[in-house]
Amino acid sequence: MTTKPSLFAQYRSGARFRLRMEPRLEQPGWLGLIVSLGAVTFALVLGGIVLMLVGGDPIRAYAFMAKAAFGGIGVFSDTLVKATPLILVSLAAVVAFRMRLWNIGAEGQFYLGAFGASLVVLTPLLPPETSPWLMIPAMMVMGMLAGALWGFIPGYLKAKYNVNEIISTLMMNYIAVAWNNYFIFDVWSEGGFQMSRQFPKTAWLPRLTDYAAQVPMFRGLTIHLGFVIALIAAGVVWWIMYRSRWGYEIRLIGDNPRAARYAGINIVRNTILVMMLSGALAGLGGMLEISGVVHRLQGAISSGYGFTGIIIAWLAKLNPILVVPISILFGGLLLAGREIQPSGIPMLIQGIILVCLIGSDFLFRNRIRLVQIGQEA
Amino acid sequence: MDPIIILQAGIASGTVLLFATIGEIFTERSGILNLGLEGMMLIGAMSAYKTALATGNPWLGMLVAMLAAGLLSQVHAIITIQFQADQVVSGLALTFLGTGLSMVFGEGLSKAGAVALLPSFSIPGLVSIPFVGPIMFENQSVMVYLGYLLVPLAWYYINRTRPGLHLRAIGEYPAAADALGINVNRLRYFYVLVGGMLAGVAGATISLAVFPGWFSHLTTSGQGWIAIGLVIFAQWDPIRAAGGSYAFGALRRMILDIQGPLKIFGLRNPFYYNPYWGFFLQMLPYAFTIVVLVIGSREAIRKRMGAPAALGLPYIRGERGL
Repeated sequence: MTTKPSLFAQYRSGARFRLRMEPRLEQPGWLGLIVSLGAVTFALVLGGIVLMLVGGDPIRAYAFMAKAAFGGIGVFSDTLVKATPLILVSLAAVVAFRMRLWNIGAEGQFYLGAFGASLVVLTPLLPPETSPWLMIPAMMVMGMLAGALWGFIPGYLKAKYNVNEIISTLMMNYIAVAWNNYFIFDVWSEGGFQMSRQFPKTAWLPRLTDYAAQVPMFRGLTIHLGFVIALIAAGVVWWIMYRSRWGYEIRLIGDNPRAARYAGINIVRNTILVMMLSGALAGLGGMLEISGVVHRLQGAISSGYGFTGIIIAWLAKLNPILVVPISILFGGLLLAGREIQPSGIPMLIQGIILVCLIGSDFLFRNRIRLVQIGQEA
Repeated sequence: MDPIIILQAGIASGTVLLFATIGEIFTERSGILNLGLEGMMLIGAMSAYKTALATGNPWLGMLVAMLAAGLLSQVHAIITIQFQADQVVSGLALTFLGTGLSMVFGEGLSKAGAVALLPSFSIPGLVSIPFVGPIMFENQSVMVYLGYLLVPLAWYYINRTRPGLHLRAIGEYPAAADALGINVNRLRYFYVLVGGMLAGVAGATISLAVFPGWFSHLTTSGQGWIAIGLVIFAQWDPIRAAGGSYAFGALRRMILDIQGPLKIFGLRNPFYYNPYWGFFLQMLPYAFTIVVLVIGSREAIRKRMGAPAALGLPYIRGERGL
């Protein structure tokens, strides 16, 4: 029986090798998971090295972050609160990216959603004593409408004039922040402070801690109904994408726009509608954040959620259901990251994760083999 | 609201956009879309400022900015050329990476105090040309003058030299360029590097010349993205890029100045009486970017020209492209 000599033995006997890549014929699902996990681990190691370079202790920092995000029912509730807007902006990214529409304006659509919801309370469109059963849905509708409008503009420009949506949505972010600032500083400013007055209780999403009188263990748990709404939204987006005719059209356009056009799918209409759906989801996120957490309109309601959503959507491989657990992990990262110095660390780790993730995709699609030079055929 | 001052300051502030835009034109002409401009500019601004602070030498700062931003650009090059990943997502990742890195390494830098800046001077002779002289040649930063030189050089290089022909070839029809013996991917690495280094120059021009200082991620305030919009408006042509960049610079300066006087054109100045109306002025550069994109896109359709044909597509030898 002859066994193949080991690589090392071959090398000793003068054979020379080089790395060769070739496409994988099969791409098993478990491999994607392993590659993604590996990329995230690698990213955390790289982030740790940077942390060491600026004089930090990465192991302590990561342990601290894990504890600050998942180390108890109270902080876990805070993590879920952070995850709520992330789920919605990530769903906004999923819907648009699936059609290869690069909506990176979820941040602005989020702000506009908060503005739209505030219109209901602060104009006021509805008096403060309105039943929450009417108030909250009205705020949701207005938030989604405002977000959808902010998505409609770049969508329309893309569909009609082929205006690059990456840049237009990004520019809309800056405009949205200035727009909100005008209302916070001037129109709705409370006593010269850069925030509106507090919303009446009827405009607050119920939190678990509101029921502490009946159930003592809920005391201090800030998680609010918005998390449930976010879960429902994830389910609805999944249904739209994988069970409806519209979702089929979106996926077909994303995979092969030419084939979609020959099949008679209206790309112009879908471009506009998908941007509006994407904007509405992000807008809902903004509404949930001010109605569930901040209870007023103010600046800096988003710490770059719109951009984190892009990473989450990519990490979830544009799967609306996977978005939920990954948003919870990132919610923890953002929550704990607030207490980490220097303040750029969470942003940096997110960046490294995304870089490693798209780099690793190559390993998923190709495999790398060691081949002996001269015997490559 | 002196028009001379607005144009003078506009040229200085437009120089930042100019370097970034021309760098991106080189990168995109080679077929690679690098949306990481904002991140590379931030890295450039931060490392230039930090180096100048430590060594007292702004030129050393400029050099480090070019190296740092160039290094960062190679991350994009490896991911998109070697690993053939999606260029849009990779560019976004580069923005995060550059922003995060510059915030981490720039921590505390905003309180660092004064730093030696790049020199400003007037050009004797040229400065006495009426109108143009005081705007273009009076007491401008050395980077502004370098910008004047870069525009014709870049145009000549791209349109009239052999390496420029190769650059256009790998962006329009990489398979044909490959058949002619041009190493497509090696050249693409090179032009991503050129774009990265020029983005570093743009960042250093902010922190060491035009708006001195380090204001964390607000240092660039979206200028990297505006530059990407300008590339489209400029139809990948350095001369049009210069026009767009200076116009945007002037607009930025005008927004600052318009809130000063009591009256504009004899009318009550609303921006003076309610300073919060200034938020609407702040929107203008971003709204204008969108307008400029619409103009650029419509013109592209009308004249049947447009982006380099292979922009955004990885080149894989032997595979059917385009």
